[in-house]
Amino acid sequence: MTRRKSDVFQSSRPVARAERVTRRLFLKQGLAASSTLVMPVVGIGASVSQAPDTPPPMKPLTSPGLPFSNYGQPSPHEHRVIRWISANPMAPANGVSWTPLHDLEGTVTPNSLHFERHHNGVPQLDPARHRLLLDGMVERPLQFSLDALGRYPMVSRLCFIECGGNSSAAWRRQPLQAHAGYFHGLISCSEWTGVSLATLLAEAGADPQAGWLIAEGADAAGVSVSLPVPGIIDHALLALYQNGERIRPENGYPLRLVVPGWEGIVNVKWLRRLKLASEPLMSRYETAKYTDLLPDGRARQFSFPMQVKSLITRPSVGFNLPGPGAYEISGLAWSGKGRIHRVEVSVDGGKSWQSARLQEPVLPACLTRFRAAWRWEGVPAVLVSRAIDENGEVQPSRDALLAARGEHSRYHYNGLVSWLVRGDGAVEHVYL
Amino acid sequence: MSICEPAPCTGYRISAARSTSRNRFSIQRRMYPLLLAVLMAPPVAAVSPGFGWGVPASPEDIRANDYLVTKDGVGLPPGGGTALEGELLYRQRCEKCHGSLGRGASAEELVGGIGSLSSENPDRTIGSYWPYAPTLFDYIRRAMPIDAPLSLTDPEVYAVAAYLLYLNHLISETQVMDAQSLPRVVMPNRNGFVPAFP
Ligand code: HEC
Repeated sequence: MTRRKSDVFQSSRPVARAERVTRRLFLKQGLAASSTLVMPVVGIGASVSQAPDTPPPMKPLTSPGLPFSNYGQPSPHEHRVIRWISANPMAPANGVSWTPLHDLEGTVTPNSLHFERHHNGVPQLDPARHRLLLDGMVERPLQFSLDALGRYPMVSRLCFIECGGNSSAAWRRQPLQAHAGYFHGLISCSEWTGVSLATLLAEAGADPQAGWLIAEGADAAGVSVSLPVPGIIDHALLALYQNGERIRPENGYPLRLVVPGWEGIVNVKWLRRLKLASEPLMSRYETAKYTDLLPDGRARQFSFPMQVKSLITRPSVGFNLPGPGAYEISGLAWSGKGRIHRVEVSVDGGKSWQSARLQEPVLPACLTRFRAAWRWEGVPAVLVSRAIDENGEVQPSRDALLAARGEHSRYHYNGLVSWLVRGDGAVEHVYL
Repeated sequence: MSICEPAPCTGYRISAARSTSRNRFSIQRRMYPLLLAVLMAPPVAAVSPGFGWGVPASPEDIRANDYLVTKDGVGLPPGGGTALEGELLYRQRCEKCHGSLGRGASAEELVGGIGSLSSENPDRTIGSYWPYAPTLFDYIRRAMPIDAPLSLTDPEVYAVAAYLLYLNHLISETQVMDAQSLPRVVMPNRNGFVPAFP
């Protein structure tokens, strides 16, 4: 399913879709509850079973199910769980697609739903003809085929990749009313497996004086960025696999540079060249873009690790609470600089906070799921989450972020996100 | 209801496990003398210190796909062009997305905004925001026009870059932009970036 919006990075949703999503959610939960006969915990109202068009329960099967499949697909009932595409109509290969965080649970993003930010489309690369060139300040410039790379010892890292432009609509003066994922979903989390950068640099005999690594993709935009070697040497990898299978084309097939916790643009997809240099390139992608303009006219550059951040995904915009009762608040927290130490949740717009439960595993530069029990009394409530990472860095309020960075930063929003649960159970995005 | 009949499953697992362990054992046995030889060899004798699966990249291999141009202009190719030459090209190849005179269409604004960065309505363009002129060559050559990247010749890239610098009042209409002159163009926002790392 393809939906396009002309407004790159900013999407809104048709109301009809929101209602469908909400309905589907409650149907699913209603069925689960009736089959296990336990107390409903999450947003299951009696109203669900009373809805006039509720289909009757399934009957036991009297014929065999479908045969095996070579490559599994989601249930057809889940066809509305999609990436939302916002691309430029004049250049349809330039844009983004958003991970539907509001439809997902746990921490790992299915490969088919990993967010995309392409500057000029998804190149169709033939792995038999793709080469990685490693040159510059090295003793031995080398080329690697994919087969050759596949023979090196590998490592796996479960980590998030977040676009520097994620949540950019939160810089706007008016709160955008869009599903959580179609607003904050330029973040996804996968297990990436490949060869550590350090291994390959040693192969080529890297000059210890080379402070910067220039990485370039084989896409039609030729994305190129500079990375400080000391900052990445311990954790960057040349990934061949994403969640166990070969990387998807739209996520960099057949080779992607993964720098856990660092902004999306430096996780160069379709990697074709690494060049060691003494200075950064100052490419368009590290000057004109992905830099934060400050009120005094200067701009923050090379702000690589994504800052501590969190977001309630359930309930969030598009959800409709069917009535007062016991609910679970569920959300995601992350920091590009380490592990999440604590997440606090407020249901009164930040007046009081309580610690949420962190679900294991809690890994550095990885999505962490938090959960908190909540009894909704049926009156308006403002839900907010606030994350603190292991370095003691606290997710700032939106006001504090604006005070520090001004209104025109455009990138790297990590302020608090607040949802108003209205008296009728609908959820709205609000600024505190 | 059981999904998997116990007997075939177990049988399969046992045979798979057996054959794997047998193979592993024989490989180890065969490799053992080799391993000893490696361990006992003088370390200085090693040709390549690592695994050695990469193949040497020749200067031709490197040149064949080299589009990198640094901020100081290293990598700029021969050739040159002026804004006068670039104007027609811009109209034919760029204007439909970037607008006449570099503003007012679907894609980024390329012109104007100089001095606006600390104002209420900052306007980030090549003229107001980009710190280095050679980056313009680097980017246009590899990425623009977005519907036909790498379709411009090097002199055409110089010419259209010159036209954009001219529209931003940074050079004159007749000034030739080439490997020597482009790095010397002083961009207004040259010192506007503050590195946040480390
Ligand atoms: C089909 C539409 C289209 C055409 C034709 C086109 N561009 Fe672009 N251009 C874009 C889009 C879209 C972007 C933004 C790309 C991105 O987001 O990475 C862009 C970005 C740019 C930028 C970077 C601006 C910035 O501040 O980051 C420059 C410079 C540029 N184009 C120059 C040109 C030139 C020169 C031509 C003609 C030779 C051209 N473009 C033709 C669509 C187009």
